[in-house]
Amino acid sequence: MYVAVKGGEKAIENAHALLAKRGSGQERVTAQQISEQMGVLVSRVMNEGSLYDPELAAKALLQAQGDVLEAITLLRSYRTTLPRFGVTAALDTGALPPERRISATFKDIPGGQQLGATFDYTHRLLAEELHTPEVPAAQGEAAEAMPRVTDLLGRSALVEPDHPQDWADPEPGDLTREPATFPMSRAERLQALARGDEGFLLSLGYSTQRGFGNTHPFAGEVRIGEIEVLFEAPEIGHEVPIGRIEVTECQMVNQFVGSAEKPPQFTRGYGLSFGRAERKAMSMALVDRALRAAEFGERAVSPAQDEEFVISHCDNVQATGFVEHLKLPHYVDFQAELVLLRQLGAEFGQSTDGRASNDPD
Amino acid sequence: MGGQAMTLTDQRPASEPRIVYNEGYLDEQTKRAIRRALLKGVAIPGFQVPFASREVPMPRGWGTGGVQVTASIIGPEDLLKVIDQGADDTTNAVSIRQFFERVAGSASTTHTEQATIIQTRHRIPETPLAAGQTIVYQVPIPEPLRFLEPRETETRRLHALEEYGLMYVKLYEDIARYGHIAKTYDYPVRVNGRYIMAPSPIPSFDNPKMHMSPALQLFGAGREKRIYAVPPFTSVESLGFEDHPFEPQSFERPCQICGSEGVYLDEVITDDAGGAMFVCSDTDYCARTSSGTSTEGAPQ
Amino acid sequence: MNGEITAGAPGVMARAAAAGEEPSDDFRREVGGHADESGGDMCAASGKVLSVREAGHRYGDRFGCRGVSFDLWPGEVLAVVGESGSGKSTLLGLLSARLSTDEGSVRCQTSGGELTELATLSEREVRRLWRTDWGFVHQNAADGLRMHVSAGGNVGEPLMANGWRHYGQIRARAAEWLERVEIPAHRMDETPATFSGGMRQRVQIARNLVFGPRLVFMDEPTSGLDVSVQARLLDLIRSLVADLGLAVVIVTHDLAVARLISHRTLVMKDGQVIEHGLTDRVLEDPQAAYTQLLVSSILKG
Repeated sequence: MYVAVKGGEKAIENAHALLAKRGSGQERVTAQQISEQMGVLVSRVMNEGSLYDPELAAKALLQAQGDVLEAITLLRSYRTTLPRFGVTAALDTGALPPERRISATFKDIPGGQQLGATFDYTHRLLAEELHTPEVPAAQGEAAEAMPRVTDLLGRSALVEPDHPQDWADPEPGDLTREPATFPMSRAERLQALARGDEGFLLSLGYSTQRGFGNTHPFAGEVRIGEIEVLFEAPEIGHEVPIGRIEVTECQMVNQFVGSAEKPPQFTRGYGLSFGRAERKAMSMALVDRALRAAEFGERAVSPAQDEEFVISHCDNVQATGFVEHLKLPHYVDFQAELVLLRQLGAEFGQSTDGRASNDPD
Repeated sequence: MGGQAMTLTDQRPASEPRIVYNEGYLDEQTKRAIRRALLKGVAIPGFQVPFASREVPMPRGWGTGGVQVTASIIGPEDLLKVIDQGADDTTNAVSIRQFFERVAGSASTTHTEQATIIQTRHRIPETPLAAGQTIVYQVPIPEPLRFLEPRETETRRLHALEEYGLMYVKLYEDIARYGHIAKTYDYPVRVNGRYIMAPSPIPSFDNPKMHMSPALQLFGAGREKRIYAVPPFTSVESLGFEDHPFEPQSFERPCQICGSEGVYLDEVITDDAGGAMFVCSDTDYCARTSSGTSTEGAPQ
Repeated sequence: MNGEITAGAPGVMARAAAAGEEPSDDFRREVGGHADESGGDMCAASGKVLSVREAGHRYGDRFGCRGVSFDLWPGEVLAVVGESGSGKSTLLGLLSARLSTDEGSVRCQTSGGELTELATLSEREVRRLWRTDWGFVHQNAADGLRMHVSAGGNVGEPLMANGWRHYGQIRARAAEWLERVEIPAHRMDETPATFSGGMRQRVQIARNLVFGPRLVFMDEPTSGLDVSVQARLLDLIRSLVADLGLAVVIVTHDLAVARLISHRTLVMKDGQVIEHGLTDRVLEDPQAAYTQLLVSSILKG
């Protein structure tokens, strides 16, 4: 007798054993090695897993055998079970002493440009072995303040302020805790983008540059550095530092022609990500600005300007799950379609038979 | 394994586990939030309640909505049955059942009438459900109008204003083209005379079982972040026209294993020459029917 | 006083229009100067379909149209003419509740027969108007039709939206209307995507008339069509409007369209009404310099 998918339990067990064997290798890499030597990868997992914890991200990557989306899923489904104690104070990235800080809009800016650790000007030649050259000590001068480029522009009202004038600083909302519906606030959108897939946002950002919702962007500033996180503990009554995190911030400055209500002024797109994740922060800033089309009365006809389209599809945990769920059995629905198809085929046969017999030839 | 927090593999000494999961996986706050959404769903039958769907340890699209609903209502006295395609032993059903055994310490069963909670993907059991039972459907696309109108903002408005002309256009087009409605699963229903609802991709064969069911029917769509419900003894009417009413799909033959008639059948290909046999999709029903009656041995 | 004339007017007007005759002066209501403003307001059951007073819509600090006043009666076709950018499409948006009334008043007849301020209607009530009382024929058929749903389905949809649940009846009514707009019966199950421009517009008209509206808005319904197709379509619109006693607001940049189809014409420029009167009068004896220019330009062309 035919046995339909019997022994599912045993099959799963064996599959898990085989998977573990495939990932075991000669010698285990440690999570620490991963987080030290594959920091950019760890940053990506932390960003899309929306949890700042290099150690856990590295563990997730190991457990996932390098499958980034699998690692992100692991991190997310752990994160969601963690109790919430509260929210931190907003980060002051203007005060962040950056390791890297560049602006494409001004040659010389207060605080200067600083390349930092970047792949930008490396020659992409595959190396047989990796070397670690000496890093010279920083030059003596005391660190000069590095105000944000957008703040400099903002003083002369050339760029929109970072919040509207009658702004009451509302709670930003949390997509992972409260049901969200469209249209979303910009804060909710930014949260979704921060969790969004780097590749998807990159492609969307790129599409705006190619004319599908052009926003005329300039990289006003990209900065990377470590910043202190402050937490307002109600028991203590004031803000206390709870640690430092590395972040990448991108402020895009975009051309804007003005409207009946607003004078011509530069506008902004914003991107912020954990760790070293410049591509992600830049893509996020491009898409953020594109999604503000309605706010500026711009014609919204391109995918990157469509909030429902972008936000509903940027989450790779959802995307990969739903694409991969096609592997699950669909016997029942397929059977239903099979029965229908046979019926339609028979009906079609009858009607064409009828037509054929009417034909004198 | 229930009763205590669960620790997964960690390199640290056992005295200070880093990775700790809550009893029943979801934290209590989340369970309460989901229960509130469920209550709202029960109060407004067929209305899709948005909820802040959490990640759960299986991929989106693999029943995460159903898992969250079940996790929020399951208790130590419950007996859980999980089916996928009608079968208790398909891999995904096994995986979900094992998950609950592991994190909630729940007892499992395959017997439909013994189960207090039945989580299902794509089927309603053949054994009629009884009062006191709860069936939890895994839902991929909760919006019945989605493929007619992709925008959430617009479909929400259509539901609010009860504008369902569009849904009937789809049925009209089928009849104009084929002479009958050509939707075989996830066949839209109207609940309690008000909201049009997606019954999840169950075959239209199962639709009549939803109508006036004594069981509580809960629907969870994890990826799409929606929960909805049909309370016991609520009318669930499959859409149709007065002169082209809904007709559930049916099979003209009996199951070749247990001999049952009027059940949903899986077609099992037996050789490469077009040979096939038709057997119950509901494995529990089939196994118990065939053991309870003396069948004269299924062919082949 | 007013009531008697109103009651008799639509039929006569329609017959006159159908016969291609000019309606007699008795049935002309001159409202360009807002002379009947007080009288009109007192007479609630006057039968007006639309009553507009000093209405305007603002884009930021600029008015798209402003200070528009007129009344529209059953059976009456009002053409709004002007060049692009004159505010005529804004006016149409305003009248049809697609754009807000930022100034003045727009009142429409609702199912009870009384005039109701558009701005006070809820979204549900506005959508009800669209289902039961109002039609809208778009310039581009793709905006008004489901291009990949059959012609029959397109025409049947408003019926289904209004609660029709008998396939045979829906189909019969849709077929009847498709015949009325001269779509061959054998193409009923084909989609507008496979139709010519003129056919699409005719399907759109059928979809908008099948549920028996009292007011139909038309936005350049014939532009973009060949001249011969245009003429045929205008003929069709004219006879349908006359037969059904519909009130119509038609926006067009083409004075010839206004001449063929409308009883009254409203000339717009820079968001303002420049001239307003009976179509024949406006075209034969334009008062405003701008209208004179417009008229002379088509005479030359």
